[in-house]
Amino acid sequence: MARIFAYIPHKEGAAEDVAYEYITAAAKIDPNAQVTAIVTGHGDALDKAAGEMTAYFKEVIKIGGEELAYPNAEVIRKALVNILPADAVFMGPHNTFGMDLAPGLSVKLDSPSVSDVVDIEGMDGSTLKVVREVLGGQFSTHVTCDAANGAVITIRPGAFEPAESGSAGGEVVDKSGDAGDLTAKRRFLEVLEAEIGEVDITKSDVLVSVGRGIEEEENIEIAQELAEAMGAVVSCSRPIVDAHWLEKSRQVGTSGQTVKPKVYMAMGISGSFQHMGGIKGKPFIVAVNKNPKAPIFQVADVGIVEDILEFMPELAEKVKEL
Amino acid sequence: MEILVCVKRVPDTAENEFELNSEGNDLDRDDLVYSVNEWDNYAVEEAIQIVDKVGGNVTVVTVGDDESEEVLRREMAMGANNGVLLSDDAFEGSDCRSIAAILKAEVESGAYDLIMTGAQADDGAAEVGGMLAAMLDMPYASLVNEIEIRDGGKIKAGREIEGGNQEMNEIELPCVLSIQTGINEPRYVGIRGIRKVAKVEIPTKSASDLGIEENSVGEKGSKVKRLDYFVPDLGEGAEMLEGSTDEIIEKLIEKLKSKGGLG
Repeated sequence: MARIFAYIPHKEGAAEDVAYEYITAAAKIDPNAQVTAIVTGHGDALDKAAGEMTAYFKEVIKIGGEELAYPNAEVIRKALVNILPADAVFMGPHNTFGMDLAPGLSVKLDSPSVSDVVDIEGMDGSTLKVVREVLGGQFSTHVTCDAANGAVITIRPGAFEPAESGSAGGEVVDKSGDAGDLTAKRRFLEVLEAEIGEVDITKSDVLVSVGRGIEEEENIEIAQELAEAMGAVVSCSRPIVDAHWLEKSRQVGTSGQTVKPKVYMAMGISGSFQHMGGIKGKPFIVAVNKNPKAPIFQVADVGIVEDILEFMPELAEKVKEL
Repeated sequence: MEILVCVKRVPDTAENEFELNSEGNDLDRDDLVYSVNEWDNYAVEEAIQIVDKVGGNVTVVTVGDDESEEVLRREMAMGANNGVLLSDDAFEGSDCRSIAAILKAEVESGAYDLIMTGAQADDGAAEVGGMLAAMLDMPYASLVNEIEIRDGGKIKAGREIEGGNQEMNEIELPCVLSIQTGINEPRYVGIRGIRKVAKVEIPTKSASDLGIEENSVGEKGSKVKRLDYFVPDLGEGAEMLEGSTDEIIEKLIEKLKSKGGLG
């Protein structure tokens, strides 16, 4: 029977959604698995998060200390290596923290590692079989790993249904004393909050959002014209910000803004999970992309296979005529 | 400062329309256009900019076959001083852990102050940098979007975290950083630049050159195996609007009206 340990990320004591998704993921590995939550932090925030998890996990390990007040993966990894048993199946989130933590943890535990897992087929003997995506979500792959001596996997936040009921009646076990030496060669300094731009895309009911399909900086104007005609605001995907064609505050995605419009016009956007992760509230999504295989068509409500550079001006004209 | 940048030759997602092969278990790899992994290109640019400021050398390294030489040459045309190709039949079928182990051997054959990788590549794994750091017992930071070289063998590095925020860290050298896109604006490489480095010798190192046990990497040494490629079935997907552009726009406008998309 697999011994599964789920790392619970939290902000000031409030567990992130992935905490509840681990339970579904763990059951897919082994419905009878013993699943232990691990919470790290300091002071009241740690106790709050650990306490909340007892409703969902039979055992909740808390690891506390001043060094753990901010989730510095380099410090947390050291604690985990000292506390996890050798055959642990460790689950973390595939987010900016998990990407920092998991690869090195797998080396230190000498366990195989599979990241960004979107589905789990199950465990056959000691072979764990999972599903992950490649090439920006254009294809999926089945991946196996030999988990005889444990494994480190990170699951994509939102990929698994969250557990609903919380009546595990679990207990908190304090293992702070076993964390060992937590000095690290990387020291956390501060978090710089994102700058607020001239336009607040989170306030708009309709977004005309552009991606790589816009091709040239000059073409942003075409999107602006359409947005104007529709009474919308222009937002964008990451590559447009990387190219400095629009300011960072217009970026939709996990590393940008989270938006909740009524209508989302995805223009030349392929639809990576990082991008879609920034769209909440189930808007009506219109996708226009010249690649009929773009992943965006799997999540959009309406799809149109056209070149946005020709389509957007025509749509803008027709909307103006209304 | 001696900087090593680990790069990878990948199918270009902007240039290809991917299809599965006739067996449906792999990509149809005939006629695929390959290029350097986008994240790696930002890493090389960053390395060149650091060396321009504080002096030193940039070496680019890749694990691959003969064809991977072209991406090394491209990055040398950008301004990297040296290229190294790590190539051996025994490396084929390597998982991220094996790739990191191969790179580790190369890192240890030099004296590098800073090692960079792209934050992720075509597999979206985002693992090699963190594994390499742990193997070398060096500090690591992922998704780095700002680097400032400080006195006393330290750097200040910004990491991109959720919500567009930036997490600032002080890190001791030597260290490993995985680089996020947008950290800089990678310079353009023209045909002339490529020609300049066309004749530069790029050393190739095999498993034995690197002192790597053949069974410890590649297909045999890898515990993580990819079985297939398939197109995910995510339910119905979008309702595709078809017809002439005028007809499509007419249908779309009706839908937008009912969903509150037109004011």
